[in-house]
Amino acid sequence: MNPGLPAGAAAASLRGAFFALVRRDLLLAFRRRTELLFPVIFLLVVISLFPLGIGPSPQLLARIAPGVIWIAALLATVISLDALFRSDFEDGTLEQFVISGHPLTLIALAKIATHWLVAGLPIVLLSPLLALWMNLPLESLGVMVLTLLLGTPILSLIGSIGVGLTISLKRGGQLLSLLVFPLYVPILIIATAAVMAAADSLPFTQFLGLLTAGLITSVTLAPFATAAALKISLS
Amino acid sequence: MSHTPFIWAAYTLGAVVLLWCALAPLARKRTAIRDIRRLIQLEERTRDSDS
Amino acid sequence: MNTNTATQATPRKNAFLLFIHKLGSPPWFYDFSGKLIPWLWLAFALLAAWGLYLGLVKGPADYLQGESVRIMYIHVPSAWMSMLIYTSNGHHGLHRAGLAHPHHGSAGDEQRPGGRRLHAGRAGHRFTLGGPTWGTYWVWDARLTSELVLLFLYLGVMGLYSAIDEPRKAARAACLLALVGLVNLPIIHFSVKWWNTLHQPNSISITGGSSIDPSMLWPLLIMAVAVKFYYAANLLTRTRVRLLEQDLRKGWVRDVAREKAK
Repeated sequence: MNPGLPAGAAAASLRGAFFALVRRDLLLAFRRRTELLFPVIFLLVVISLFPLGIGPSPQLLARIAPGVIWIAALLATVISLDALFRSDFEDGTLEQFVISGHPLTLIALAKIATHWLVAGLPIVLLSPLLALWMNLPLESLGVMVLTLLLGTPILSLIGSIGVGLTISLKRGGQLLSLLVFPLYVPILIIATAAVMAAADSLPFTQFLGLLTAGLITSVTLAPFATAAALKISLS
Repeated sequence: MSHTPFIWAAYTLGAVVLLWCALAPLARKRTAIRDIRRLIQLEERTRDSDS
Repeated sequence: MNTNTATQATPRKNAFLLFIHKLGSPPWFYDFSGKLIPWLWLAFALLAAWGLYLGLVKGPADYLQGESVRIMYIHVPSAWMSMLIYTSNGHHGLHRAGLAHPHHGSAGDEQRPGGRRLHAGRAGHRFTLGGPTWGTYWVWDARLTSELVLLFLYLGVMGLYSAIDEPRKAARAACLLALVGLVNLPIIHFSVKWWNTLHQPNSISITGGSSIDPSMLWPLLIMAVAVKFYYAANLLTRTRVRLLEQDLRKGWVRDVAREKAK
């Protein structure tokens, strides 16, 4: 069942439309609660592959922990991204969104927000567990969580541009990773630099500042690109 | 070890790539013109058969 | 489409805008670029001959790297070239959105394979050069890694273009992605450079040191300019072919084909 946008004055305003869409998508997501768990399980499995593949030496794990956790977060995000617009695209709701009076940018932003709540936030919440598994030094745990908190929304935002471009393709999901990983490289570099600096008791706030700047930039610019991408895909 | 074979290899590789890049469009152009000419002939034939 | 031609006050302003406007017409562009191309090739040939002569014959061998520094004369210009191609590809994407000139789309689509080949060719250079210089064939220094990411960006745009069936839609999607990549390009470049300084490997820079002797600098710059001419000639040639293919059924293409038959 597709609740759609509620009729009435509330939906007419921008804020009303935004929250209505977020509410609808969250409702849809929670109706399929098992699907919510897939990225989480993926994350857990991938992280546990590393000790299995490299050996459980605590020093080694501690050294690679920041990178491994962040790479696992990247992979989990990319996997969950396709679902961002997929079901709406398939049943025609996306086209209805495009021709509705509401700005497509706002709709894109609403969907990205839901995606982060459903896929990105669990990563942030799980990260202490993952950090413990990978023997991440406790001094850098807080920074790890912070980088994920700042970084995962950026992943959702930039990733949504890729999803917008590939949504109409049959093998869109595979192409999506190729498109999006080069764009993720700076985030990976800065986030892991922050965590490693914290582990060595070096200053790390400059990296967090950069991540925040990246977040602000993506929030303001990415939805426009996503909207343009969706219009191209639907044409 | 001497660097010379490597330099020659690099320059040869570069020259091959550049040459290929330069010549490939010309081959494409020849094919394109050939297709166009075939298309014209086809149309003229149907036009003659109609009139 | 461009609407502000021919109504301006001064003839000089008029002429430039008129030129830009005329470029948007495929037959005019075809003719104009056809006349331009031989001159571009000539410029490339002359500059390349001069640059290679200065670099390979007259130039000195570097005290640190010996003869292998000579690789720089083809290597570095093509490195600069592939970044420039990517930038101008994004630039074309902008033009396409702004001016809606059909040839911008064609030129943009043609840039990518050329750029990727240059880029991949350069990766090949790295392998062949890496052997004697560093002892390994690949190393994760800032330049190589940055180029690798650039290669992935290229592959992504080309992959997207080939995955979409309808040509116009494919062109638009690829242009958007190229633009996004363009915006990210400086960020990626600097973050990789930074990452490199963080992890401090012992990489030997290809130019051998901070200051370049003028006898090496000149051939380098000449080759860089020469490569631009090569690229311009090549790009125009490709764009012309692409225009022929796209406008297959139009009158002007027929005329061109008949001309060639004579």
